Amino acid sequence: MKVVKGLYYSEDHEWVKVEGDEAYIGISDFAQHQLGDIVYIELPEIDDELEKEDDFSAVESVKAASDVYMPVSGKVLEVNEDLLDSPELLNSDPFESWIVKIELTDKSQLDDLMSSEEYEEFTSEEA
Amino acid sequence: MDGKKTRLYEEHKNLGAKIVNYAGWEMPVQYEGLVQEHNAVRNEAGLFDVSHMGNISVKGKDALPFLDYVMTNDISKLNEHQIVYTFMCYPEGGVVEDLLVYKTNDEEFNLIVNAANIDKDWDWINEQKKDFDVELENLSPETAIIAIQGPKAQEILQKLTETKLDDVKFFYFKDDVEIDGVKTKMISRTGYTGENGFEIYLTNDDVVKVWNSLLEAGKEEGLKPTGLGCRDTLRFEAMLPLYGQELSKDISPLEAGLKFFVKLNKESDFIGKKALQAQADGGLERTLVGFELLGRGIPREGYEVYKNGEKIGHVTTGYMSPTLNKNIGNALIKISEKELGNEIDIMIRKKPVKAKIISKNFLKNK
Repeated sequence: MKVVKGLYYSEDHEWVKVEGDEAYIGISDFAQHQLGDIVYIELPEIDDELEKEDDFSAVESVKAASDVYMPVSGKVLEVNEDLLDSPELLNSDPFESWIVKIELTDKSQLDDLMSSEEYEEFTSEEA
Repeated sequence: MDGKKTRLYEEHKNLGAKIVNYAGWEMPVQYEGLVQEHNAVRNEAGLFDVSHMGNISVKGKDALPFLDYVMTNDISKLNEHQIVYTFMCYPEGGVVEDLLVYKTNDEEFNLIVNAANIDKDWDWINEQKKDFDVELENLSPETAIIAIQGPKAQEILQKLTETKLDDVKFFYFKDDVEIDGVKTKMISRTGYTGENGFEIYLTNDDVVKVWNSLLEAGKEEGLKPTGLGCRDTLRFEAMLPLYGQELSKDISPLEAGLKFFVKLNKESDFIGKKALQAQADGGLERTLVGFELLGRGIPREGYEVYKNGEKIGHVTTGYMSPTLNKNIGNALIKISEKELGNEIDIMIRKKPVKAKIISKNFLKNK
């Protein structure tokens, strides 16, 4: 299972890539693997103000739907519309396939997330 | 909590299966991928372990009248070695179980039932047998079952047996068929996928050998091990109901659109007849329909169905259909809303998404 260094990770298997006061959010390799072939994604609207732990997206395989939760609070700046036509990108390249780009509301929330090393250990326990 | 394991469990692990708990059993939900496996069954062939399913033997002088009393279909019309799909109903018309009845002769039958319902079915038929001279035996623990399904299924199975498979007609079975030197209990031309194929009943001790022989024999034809994930998408596309979703204690066969398997005019009285007759005489308030989503989303079991802001029912099964590449489902709705083309709303994550009613015979209309 691939874990990219330098990102923050949540226990719900989202990753956060911080760039200044902004961040990209996606799902981890572990998450896409658990879901299987992803055939559908639902995206939030631009300008949505989302709280930490809100479900902001849904990712679905043929078998099941799975909510994606905000690892931190923020305002949606961009959504990755390429995923609407090609949700399978979440399987093939989960760390490049960001779902939303947000403006961080409270950077201190990042402290509650895991580092790549911590996440690696976390997933090895869950697997 | 660890579930029960079929004798093929280690084979599944070695084939890379993802294991899930289903009805108390540790079963393969998929191996290489649900969609690939689904397509293998539609185009070539797939091999399923369905050993979790139940097998109850009914023997005795009154076996036939007893079964005609507990079953909705007409068991008296069965030929020897013929199989019938039927329901056991409650007096109120709801369904105890949907099952297959295999007739060996007038005094010997086998009931093949859902894994999740074995205990309930066993209790139910024992309660009903009262004055009937029948002997019941739960053979489930000692019965292994594998299903080979798909357009190439017969060709593959034929390589391993001297029995002329053409002679085993649809919904008939044959005893003691030898497969790769192993004497099975029986094979039947039945399945749960909408494709041609066979179900093979054998002992736990023999199942690993036959499973592996079949996978080997079917390599050229593209036979794949196939999991419960695609079993559900396949049966759904083929308009085959699943107990607990399309049928239940609270959903009658008539509401599910399966009146064909309820013989209200058969000679014998049967449990549930009065209630079902009343429904047939115009008392039906709900019915099962097919629908296709017009907006974005995938319908799922349990989602609510609305029309003009009023709740009219719920989704019983829904998928992005791998064969049709459409988002379709079955819903149990108010009967007045059932017309083909009627537009309804499916509530997906609290938002209404437009859908229209279509025939639930999804494959025939592709």
